Amino acid sequence: MGKIQLRNVRKSFGDVHVIPGLDLDIEDGEFVVFVGPSGCGKSTLLRLIAGLEDTTSGTIEIDGKDATHLPPAKRGLAMVFQSYALYPHMTVRKNIAFPLKMAGMDKAEQDRRVERAASVLNLASYLDRRPGQLSGGQRQRVAIGRAIVREPQAFLFDEPLSNLDAALRVGMRQEISELHQSLKTTMIYVTHDQVEAMTMADKIVVLNAGNIEQVGSPLELYRNPKNTFVAGFIGSPKMNFIDGAEAAKHNAHTIGVRPEHITVGDGPWEGTVGLSEHLGSDSFIKVNVDGIGVINVRGTGELDIHHGDRIKLAPAGKIHRFDKEGLAL
Amino acid sequence: MARAISPQRKWLTTIAAWIVAIVIFFPVLWMVITSFKTEASAVAMPPQLFTASWTTENYADVWARSDYPRFFMNSVIIAVGSTLLGLAIAIPSAWAMAFVPGKRTKDLLMWMLSTKMMPAVAVMIPLVLAFQALGLFDTRIGLVLALMLMNLPIIIWMLYTYFKEIPAEILEAARMDGAGLWNEIVYVLTPMAIPGIASTMLLNVILAWNEAFWTITLTTTKAAPLSAFIASFSAPQGLFYAKLSAASTMAILPILILGWFSQKQLVRGLTFGAVK
Amino acid sequence: MSTHSTRLASRLMVAPSVLVLFVWMAVPLAMTLYFSFRFYRLLTPDRSGWVGINHYKWFLNAPEFWLAMGNTLALVGGVLLITVVLGTLIALLIDQPVKGQGALRILVIAPFFVMPPVAASIWENLFMHPQNGLFAALAQGLGMQPILFLEQYPMSSVIGITAWEWLPFATLILLTAMQSLSSEQLEAAEMDGASSFARFRYIILPHLTRAITVVILIETIFLLGIFGEIYTTTQGGPGSASTTLPYMIYKQAIIAKDIGRAAAGGIIAVILANIVAYFLMRGLGRNLDA
Repeated sequence: MGKIQLRNVRKSFGDVHVIPGLDLDIEDGEFVVFVGPSGCGKSTLLRLIAGLEDTTSGTIEIDGKDATHLPPAKRGLAMVFQSYALYPHMTVRKNIAFPLKMAGMDKAEQDRRVERAASVLNLASYLDRRPGQLSGGQRQRVAIGRAIVREPQAFLFDEPLSNLDAALRVGMRQEISELHQSLKTTMIYVTHDQVEAMTMADKIVVLNAGNIEQVGSPLELYRNPKNTFVAGFIGSPKMNFIDGAEAAKHNAHTIGVRPEHITVGDGPWEGTVGLSEHLGSDSFIKVNVDGIGVINVRGTGELDIHHGDRIKLAPAGKIHRFDKEGLAL
Repeated sequence: MARAISPQRKWLTTIAAWIVAIVIFFPVLWMVITSFKTEASAVAMPPQLFTASWTTENYADVWARSDYPRFFMNSVIIAVGSTLLGLAIAIPSAWAMAFVPGKRTKDLLMWMLSTKMMPAVAVMIPLVLAFQALGLFDTRIGLVLALMLMNLPIIIWMLYTYFKEIPAEILEAARMDGAGLWNEIVYVLTPMAIPGIASTMLLNVILAWNEAFWTITLTTTKAAPLSAFIASFSAPQGLFYAKLSAASTMAILPILILGWFSQKQLVRGLTFGAVK
Repeated sequence: MSTHSTRLASRLMVAPSVLVLFVWMAVPLAMTLYFSFRFYRLLTPDRSGWVGINHYKWFLNAPEFWLAMGNTLALVGGVLLITVVLGTLIALLIDQPVKGQGALRILVIAPFFVMPPVAASIWENLFMHPQNGLFAALAQGLGMQPILFLEQYPMSSVIGITAWEWLPFATLILLTAMQSLSSEQLEAAEMDGASSFARFRYIILPHLTRAITVVILIETIFLLGIFGEIYTTTQGGPGSASTTLPYMIYKQAIIAKDIGRAAAGGIIAVILANIVAYFLMRGLGRNLDA
């Protein structure tokens, strides 16, 4: 079981309050993604849960038991690090078996579990190699293998895909999702990439400056962002924000319109095309709208629009309204 | 480097580099050559690069007259002993400074290094008196302790820089995998740091072997190593060149060979990690 | 970045090294300080008592003291200058695509493994000796008078011998640093029209800063205490011509057998060494990755 509860958790390094105080509930079997810009405290939060850092105050409960002062090894969690942190002097087999060896498990059981993990992760033919002889994706699998053999209560992932190239990243992303579906174990996943968050999470926790901005399912966050920060962070390309007179028309300080919620053709906004990128499936267009400023538009792939064209735009989906403090109305 | 260079220039630089290297090496070479000459040909004018009468009797002579094996054993015990003892104290210390650095870590390291700047002569008398009072004077244990303490800052610095190169995430991974501090150091840190530990050992064996102040000041006969042996030989100025050369060769040869085999690692270690 | 328990463990693990080093430094220093205010001559063991700061006054007023200070400075500065400059040039030469680089390194590093008494006695006897030395033979061959190295130029001779011992260290560290410079940087500079001197001045030399820092730091540590080379060759003479501060203290202790005076000299040397250490660590510490 892997239910994790954080109650009023704070973390300071000297005078720097990385996490000023935060509550969070993670249900058993959930795939939770911590997402936010770099320096938002998401990695620190993960390390607090792992036990690699002490909390300054507050409690962390794992499975109903207070784990705040337990050392990492006693928390029943496994972690996959950004650099994979494989032991370079050990073979793949020994790397995966290391946590079992530390737990004092007998050799036969160790072998059995290593073999099983290796077959799940397609590592069977690499077991006697060293990490240095493996590709990035294979190393990633070894790191995951080392985590799953322990059958932990929860997995912690610290930006595990950031060292992989783009193509491999998509593949590994799907593999981790599938792993979660088959193991049904709680997973906490840290990333700065909102695409990873949207595609993998059951629940996204958006962090900013050590505070939780919003918690919710990917679509909930997409549809109903609580504030401009979440609205701007979730969704790609970024939401357009418009202040001033245009916003006042909607009785708001700021309005937000997603690029995919704007149609090209006829409409109240008129402007000149600055940049147009044609991807085949989509077109991304930057339009300098008179009296409003630059608006990003996502159109269909066949859109025949180029630099310098005069076009008209219309908001055609939800218009998000925010007040002076950036909170959703 | 894939830079285009004309063959002539390559030959010119090769010749120049070899001339420079041989000039630097020449005193050692000349000493070895002299050690195989007779005393007469060793001082012959003009000097003979090659003599007609090669001989090994100088070595036999030095061996017979001076109890070389005892000096040699003392050198080995003192150099190796002080290095191992130093490592035992330095490894935990360097681990702590590399992986749990505090605000004062850098100051502490600098302080350690600065203890080496204290001129040995300045505290010679008190140390001799203290060693005599503690029964450590002219004992191997005493010299092991003295040289260990003398080289400890260097050992700690070198290990520290090697440990710093090991990503902290790997040690954290070990902690997550259930390794306690002891297992973390035994199964993860030490195997990963073995090249660094080996080069630290080598350098300190060499430094201890070549130390020639405390080894002479704190010994008389029983515990005297090769540095004291050679100091006793260099007294008769201008005499017995061949024997002096033979004795000198015997004193430096073990460490010269060790150093040659390990020069790559040594250079890396000596830079304290500041040069990659 | 760590937890309370690891921080506690780390303190316990640093403690032994700090403790032994502190004792090794503090006990002799305290004893030296005590002796420096005492009348303590080995030849007159019956007389004792406090002398106040007389020993210090004697030391600072001795003409030999300022000579010794100058000699110490000349030794450290001279050796540093020779080894860094020559070391850079030799490293530049070896760094070219020459044949047999491995063997060259082995030849060049050899002097570093020679213990100081051996180095000093080879140079003194086999090379600098006015009758039987190789240099004397060379001078005769050229029809000149042999140079009396240790008599006429004692300090320069000692500096030369010490520089020979430390040249390999400087050369190899600088060579290692040069080899870590990416050739792309040099190629880019060449494309930008930099001459070979400009490439050295603006690309190679800045890249060597850290290596030079290390050479200066380590060499100074060892050079401040140079003793064996002088003891074996000139014994500080002729007169006091090659007496450095450590050697002057040694002479007071062993030859004059005046422990009190030697102790006062020791304290002065320790203070000076600390001043040097302070500036060195401050100036250079920044460059080191501590």
